[in-house]
Amino acid sequence: MFETLSDRLGGVLKGLRNRGRLTQQDVTEVLAEVRTALLEADVNVTVVRDVIERIRSQAVGATSSTALNPGQQIIKIVNDELVSMLGGETLKIMYASQPPTVVLMAGLQGSGKTTSAAKLASWFKSQGRQPMLVGADLQRPAAVEQLRVLGAQLNIPVFSAPGDPVKTAQLGLAEAKSLGRDVLIVDTAGRLAIDQEMMQQVKDISKAVKPNYTFLVVDAMTGQDAVAVAKAFDATLSIDGVVLTKLDGDARGGAALSVKHVLGKPIAFAATGEKLDAFEQFHPDRMASRILGMGDMLTLIEQAEKVFEKEKAEEAAAKMLEGEFTLADFLDQLQQLKKMGSLQGIMGMMPGMPKEMKNAEIPEDQVRRTEAIIFSMTAQERANPELINGSRRVRISKGSGTTVADVNRLVKQFSEMKKMMKQMGGKSSRGGKSGKSAKGLNGSAMPDELAAALSSRLGPR
Amino acid sequence: MRAVSNLAQFVAADTAPKIMLLLALLVSIFGIGVVVVGRRNRATTSAQTSKNDGQPVSYLTSEPLRANDLSVRDRLTKVRATFAGAISIALTSSSITQQTWDDLEEALLRADVGVASTARVLAPLRELVKTKKITQPSDLMSALQNEMTAQLSQNSRELNFDSSLGAPNIWLVVGVNGAGKTTTIGKLSAQQRALGRSVLLAAGDTFRAAAGEQLETWASRSGAEIVRGAEGGDPSSVIFDGVARAASRKIDLVLADTAGRLQNNTNLMEELAKVRRVADKGNGKVTEVLLVIDATTGQNGLTQAKQFSLATQVTGVVLTKLDGSAKGGIVFAIETELQIPIKLVGLGETIADLVAFDAQEFVSALFN
Repeated sequence: MFETLSDRLGGVLKGLRNRGRLTQQDVTEVLAEVRTALLEADVNVTVVRDVIERIRSQAVGATSSTALNPGQQIIKIVNDELVSMLGGETLKIMYASQPPTVVLMAGLQGSGKTTSAAKLASWFKSQGRQPMLVGADLQRPAAVEQLRVLGAQLNIPVFSAPGDPVKTAQLGLAEAKSLGRDVLIVDTAGRLAIDQEMMQQVKDISKAVKPNYTFLVVDAMTGQDAVAVAKAFDATLSIDGVVLTKLDGDARGGAALSVKHVLGKPIAFAATGEKLDAFEQFHPDRMASRILGMGDMLTLIEQAEKVFEKEKAEEAAAKMLEGEFTLADFLDQLQQLKKMGSLQGIMGMMPGMPKEMKNAEIPEDQVRRTEAIIFSMTAQERANPELINGSRRVRISKGSGTTVADVNRLVKQFSEMKKMMKQMGGKSSRGGKSGKSAKGLNGSAMPDELAAALSSRLGPR
Repeated sequence: MRAVSNLAQFVAADTAPKIMLLLALLVSIFGIGVVVVGRRNRATTSAQTSKNDGQPVSYLTSEPLRANDLSVRDRLTKVRATFAGAISIALTSSSITQQTWDDLEEALLRADVGVASTARVLAPLRELVKTKKITQPSDLMSALQNEMTAQLSQNSRELNFDSSLGAPNIWLVVGVNGAGKTTTIGKLSAQQRALGRSVLLAAGDTFRAAAGEQLETWASRSGAEIVRGAEGGDPSSVIFDGVARAASRKIDLVLADTAGRLQNNTNLMEELAKVRRVADKGNGKVTEVLLVIDATTGQNGLTQAKQFSLATQVTGVVLTKLDGSAKGGIVFAIETELQIPIKLVGLGETIADLVAFDAQEFVSALFN
């Protein structure tokens, strides 16, 4: 719904694509667009100011270099800057010499502490450790019950006791010691950073269990307030790292940058789904693309990797580029694509698509009709549509509940498509598969962005 | 790749049904994307690891209880005293300068109002300053607040309750994970009970572990009935059963909880749309669909409101956790852009802390 950075820059830079140089005035305009993009991604106002200052000098200086056009350069500069701001030292868990290693989870209400505590426990388990969970959230009704259910699913013991959360945490620590568990994760109640009483309580819990690691759980959808929250929790608890949750949503997640910048502490983990294994170590490069609105394509490709059967997809793509793509392949790919959600939605997410395309309706009934027509063909007909003569057309149209004209149209469009794909195959094999093939393309900005997105994800080769 | 863009332009240029090409485009970009990424990944693997009780037939206003004696503004001012920003400094200067505008803009952005909405509320003021109708920074501030309050005052904020229905009213509560749906239902239940209505809670969150237990606690606290289903069960059927039970017992109001879901999860949004459809099919009527938004939410709130509205025809917003340091400015954008009225505000953990939204108080609190 918000424009991607390259869409934004596209407007500003249109006039000077061919000039290839940014004047001071151009840089000011470009930076204004970068600022808007970052603000729409929920990066904190103060942090945005810092980012802009960091890239201003580079933006002016970078005009004369290399093969990239100014737009690509700016995107690269911003992207690289964000990656370096988000990255830096990563968190390596050092286990306590005297077990258990204690981890304290803290954060606002609803940020995802309880689920993250369970996911983290599962992560430790996958590292060969023997974690235990302590439910010290005695505030929210059934919070402990929730932790118990999750613990049972993961086959990880959960300790809790009613009454005082500080005491509960203490008892949990003793229990972990007596059971010989080597990692203890303490879930605490959600609290507002300005609630002094509750902040004191979590401080007391921290004093009681002396955590080796204290993680602040931050919702990726958080807006400007992320900075105030991070500061307050850090002042109270001295945070070691951040767990960023709900990254499977479509929020740009600028809060990650704000929190990282303000705390200077690493973002350790990212929660990317409702399932308990949807928890991974944080990738600064992906986050940077995402904040700039260029992550959608990557997310799509990641999703695609999950639902597409890889060999089939490779085979189909190769065939496509050689012009040997059949209707059977097409049907197969279409059905895999549909597993990823509504086609309209997928279309909307494709970066750099011409506006007309993004807004183009994809009528689901026509998609169904298309499928129906192909379903009504024999295997031979799907492999070789030239076979389809008059009587076959009638049979297919009857079988699919469509008209002969519909069948004709489909066959005709398919052959047009094949021609274009073949053309494309020739181009791309000459131009190489890397982002370089994007150069010199007029009209659509997609390849720029794909190139930037892909290269930022994949890093230098 | 050039061919892809040609193809895109070709398809886009002609409005005739070229569905096949459109699909082909999608399929091909994907196929190739997956393969390219796959190849490069391999190359770089080493790099990274109701009861109608005789009352007149009308829509009743169900005014939630007022929180204690303090106004919303008083409470917010109190908790935010330490967060007072630079804005007052600029406003004490004697003339309106670029700095004044920058400060106003920054205050709005910091409150999560968003870039577009901020530009929209400042535009008419720039006009007034240009024509010298406003010359003092302090007048500018009050003009801004008036402008924002006026933009917010178009909609009715009453909770829809149709006592003439002769069947249960259903209020469906939706939102992303962790927004505060279940807690809001608990508070609503207690308040509606205090208004003399009988209430049944339908535990439609069958996904999150122990969500049913959480709601059960609220049911017993507020004196409401509860209908639960099996964990992992079909939420539509739980809510349908809840409505049926409410109808047979002549219960006035069903508060239907739903599992939190992220709005870009197509399947879960379809499930929610089904919940909405099915809720209307039984012996009751959905008179309110409340979207719960956490005050800390940033610009994604707008996308949430759009998607949840598409799925369930949202009739009102509940802004929760406004007692923290977050100001919840995104709901200003939601109401002014999407015309979804903000109906309730959550200011704390007790039952009385769910109060009616007041535009003026909200706007003035944005600048504190």
